[in-house]
Amino acid sequence: MNERHKEPSEIMDDGVEAALSRLTPEKIQAVINSVLKGETGARFKAYMDTCIHCGLCSEACQFFLSRDRDPHYSPVGKVKQTVWPMVKNKGRVDTDFIRRAVRIAHTECNLCKRCVAFCPFGIDIAYLMTVVRRIIHKLGATPLYLQDTAHSHASTMNQMWVKEDEWIDTLQWQEDEARAEIPSLRIPLDKEGAEIMYSVIAPEPKFQAQLIYQAAAIMHVAGVDWTMPSDIGWDNSDMAMFTGDYEIMGRIKRTHFEAATRLRVKKIVMGECGHAFRSVYDTGNRWLGWAQPPVPIVHAIAFYYDLLKTGKLRIARKYSHPVTLHDPCNVVRGGGLHEKARYVVHQLCDNLIEMHPNREHNYCCGAGGGVINCGPPYKNARVAGNRVKAEQLFDAKSRGAHTLIAPCHNCHSGLHDIVHHHGIDLEIKFFSDIIYECMEKPDGSE
Amino acid sequence: MTSLYAFVAGPLAWAAFLFFFGGLCYRLLSMLRQVRQSEPFIFSYMSLRYSLRSILHWLIPFFAMGWRRNPILTGVTFIFHISLIAAPVFIVSHVVLWDEAWNLSWWTLPDAVVDVMTLVVVAACLFFALRRVLRPEVRFVSDASDYLLLVLTAAPFVTGFLAYHQWPAGPWMTIAHMVSGELLLALIPFTRLRHMLSGWLTRAYIGSEFGAVRHARDW
Amino acid sequence: MVVSSAWDWSIGEKRVDTKSWTERFLQVQEYQVSADGESVAAIVALDDQAFNVCVNGALWDTPFDKIWRLRFTPDSRATALVSADGQWTLAVNGQTWPESFDYIWHPLVSENGQHIAAAIQQGGRYAMALDGEVWPNDFGTIAYSALSPSGDRTAGAVQVKVADSGQLEAFQEGTFSAAVDGTAWGSTFVNVWHLVFSPDGQHLAAEVRQSLYDYTIVVDGKPWPQQYTCVWAPSFDPVTGHVVAPVRKDGHWKMAQDGELLWQRPFAQLWQQRFSPDGSRLAAIAATAFGRWTVVVDGHPWPVTFAGMVSDLTFSPDGRHIAALAKEKDHWTVVVDGKPWQHRFERAWPPVFAPDGSGSVAVKVEMDGAFTFAVDDRIWPHAFERNWEPFFSPDGRRLLLPTMNQNGYCRKVVEKF
Repeated sequence: MNERHKEPSEIMDDGVEAALSRLTPEKIQAVINSVLKGETGARFKAYMDTCIHCGLCSEACQFFLSRDRDPHYSPVGKVKQTVWPMVKNKGRVDTDFIRRAVRIAHTECNLCKRCVAFCPFGIDIAYLMTVVRRIIHKLGATPLYLQDTAHSHASTMNQMWVKEDEWIDTLQWQEDEARAEIPSLRIPLDKEGAEIMYSVIAPEPKFQAQLIYQAAAIMHVAGVDWTMPSDIGWDNSDMAMFTGDYEIMGRIKRTHFEAATRLRVKKIVMGECGHAFRSVYDTGNRWLGWAQPPVPIVHAIAFYYDLLKTGKLRIARKYSHPVTLHDPCNVVRGGGLHEKARYVVHQLCDNLIEMHPNREHNYCCGAGGGVINCGPPYKNARVAGNRVKAEQLFDAKSRGAHTLIAPCHNCHSGLHDIVHHHGIDLEIKFFSDIIYECMEKPDGSE
Repeated sequence: MTSLYAFVAGPLAWAAFLFFFGGLCYRLLSMLRQVRQSEPFIFSYMSLRYSLRSILHWLIPFFAMGWRRNPILTGVTFIFHISLIAAPVFIVSHVVLWDEAWNLSWWTLPDAVVDVMTLVVVAACLFFALRRVLRPEVRFVSDASDYLLLVLTAAPFVTGFLAYHQWPAGPWMTIAHMVSGELLLALIPFTRLRHMLSGWLTRAYIGSEFGAVRHARDW
Repeated sequence: MVVSSAWDWSIGEKRVDTKSWTERFLQVQEYQVSADGESVAAIVALDDQAFNVCVNGALWDTPFDKIWRLRFTPDSRATALVSADGQWTLAVNGQTWPESFDYIWHPLVSENGQHIAAAIQQGGRYAMALDGEVWPNDFGTIAYSALSPSGDRTAGAVQVKVADSGQLEAFQEGTFSAAVDGTAWGSTFVNVWHLVFSPDGQHLAAEVRQSLYDYTIVVDGKPWPQQYTCVWAPSFDPVTGHVVAPVRKDGHWKMAQDGELLWQRPFAQLWQQRFSPDGSRLAAIAATAFGRWTVVVDGHPWPVTFAGMVSDLTFSPDGRHIAALAKEKDHWTVVVDGKPWQHRFERAWPPVFAPDGSGSVAVKVEMDGAFTFAVDDRIWPHAFERNWEPFFSPDGRRLLLPTMNQNGYCRKVVEKF
């Protein structure tokens, strides 16, 4: 029996409703104006004054395309429903407006910046949506699940409330497990002066510890001089960036960079995560005053590329199934890693079936930008809002793809929901899954 | 009548150019001042190379993905903007005025070509207006100001075309042409038509971010 | 403090054959060297299931199932966190604390090295242990554990009210506090970070968030009356006991003392402030503008700025000189009193001042993939596979240089070069 899917406007979020019940028109107005006047500047004004309402950005947005070209889901349509009235009415908007703004800015925009590449003026609508999110944060009306995660970041400096002992214990457990396969393997904790600090997102120790195992195996086989911090700062993820709580974003990024400087590593290598890359490489460092990350950031894709290119990692046998590759927004439009990703794919697999459009013009997974982190209330709407991705995946499947490589955690989860919902028979993997499976391992292992 | 013409051709024209150039300068300076005050980080990321890279790629018709996805609009947009600028700058009757007033003259277009360009601008404005009405995603974000801007833009071309062809005969249409042209010039810095200035800057900024930081194409 | 006058300062070398360790043991982990340079140690694997600590070639009496976090105390005792039969404790020179726990981590050592504390977990409850003795109370979580400089008091940020982070209202009413020697402050906050003891150990200050938006500094449970949009870790004036902290308002950072502005000049970033030993000077790391980093002394920035980062701000013992590390692009340099050295390094370790008032600075550095030492912008002509931070003799005329190459460990004492 199918439960009727709720329209997005019918979704109730307890955290948002509780916040709205406390708000007064005066409070709303004061907060909106304090953010618009105190925290925006020339960029915001230029975007407002330059947009000629041509609607060219519409074609960029997977929500618009998936929702039968409903104008409410076009990028500029979202601005019209949020920013324009706030500015025009000088902050005098009601709680119904804020409820709608929460839904739009938090669950109907992935901040993927695809629309930037469709706007002749390069207007960054994702930035405008983050201004809306900042206002929502200041109103205390962030969706419950996302705020829960931000609380965890603030309290534990990681996304999943992984306690300090649980983190170290998990690494030692994975080291034990991996030593059963590769006896001399180590996960070196607090190794001052190592070349590389490896950082992950908290869901890895919490739910996907095998990814740490795989990373350790890859590091070991490639002979990398690496370490992981036992202390806080090991988590590179950042949902505070997406709630608009920039003070907490700055704090967790500072903690991350200080873990690396304390260990005096030359660079930080991070696991296959997109939003964390955005935060560490581009966003968090800026709030702290660093134009560039103070310690170079190497995303897993670029790291695997280097290991394969230099022959430090060798592939024993290629992955036998045809694969397709999802380009995660944050590392492709945000980091230009699409060609390196393809190099890695070709080293691992003989048959890459491309989705179209791809590279910088990829469709977002629909999960990024904190959207999936808004939790179960929005899941069905999120999946329905990315029908074009489902069509892309189905097309790749129909051309023979067996495995979908998604080198980003959020993409992984978002694509899983899409694949599951539409019954598209694609196995989703990280690069590290396939590298671990196919790489040459030392004699005596297993 | 002569005094009205003299007023429109003299002080009003001065005022229009003053508003136009002064307004654009004011906009530019206030934007730069605001960047320095509230978002100085933007200067750290501006890159001439990547600004130009982005602008040039978007100046080529049908090169950017956004252009290719909307071929008709793209074609109209390019022809419209070229005609919008070329017709008034290279029409003989304007150059004569510059020559008489300032002893400045330059190459001109044949009147027949300008005539066609003028019709192109008017037709394009009609196209844009129709598109606003017919395309739901554009209609959704359109309000009266968007149509008024089209009227404001088309007016000097409509009146100019009619004045050139002397319909109706007499000076009125010429005066209407001059007034509407001056109004357009004067209002550019104070309406969204200022995208003729700010559009280059927003493109340059995002081009710099995409080129130097994100290492990705923004077209 | 470390008493280095009793160390062997005679010119010469002392070697330990660490090369043979790799043949003796299945695995040799990272080497650690004692402050006096006399001992070199490593965690070693005896077989798949047993580990021990090897100090100058001699093993501790008892092997353990697991060992991690081997470090020397300032008085040159080897400590590590060890596990046997699934229970963890701390071992000093091979002697374990009598108590063991479900987990132990984050060891802290007093300035004189005599006292050691660590965070512990027992039955899913959290506390601190000082020299093996556990707090009388335990808590649902612990973080930012701290030990007073003399090592007699411990503290941690603890959650004192039961509320899940998803219970938004209850959580935002404040569930965190700080506990000193196991007793929590009476006040609670949304978050508590970075606990700092006063030099005499009598007071505890911390950063707190009183709502999602209001930050301030709390001393002994009492918040400053002023609130800010962000704060960083506080410091105690070693003489007056005043508390200073960087605070953020209107998008700028300023230095505040006891809630009042101390430095009027705003910065794009301001943190890691340090008092000179006599408390007469206060310096901090700052960004004078976006992406331009330097050191600020009593509110006045150095004339040089760096794009990469500035770190490891260090006062000379007499308080007259300040050194820091600065990064520009991929290279580090040392900056002393605002003047950068000419040499560039791939990496540099914290600057070490001579105690004689000369202002001489020695640094462990990496150049061309090998490690060496630099003193006052001069480079020691030999490179090593590994080395450890240099140490000046009490008269400032000699240097202790711990090094390692393919032949093993070597403790060198040389004339200052």
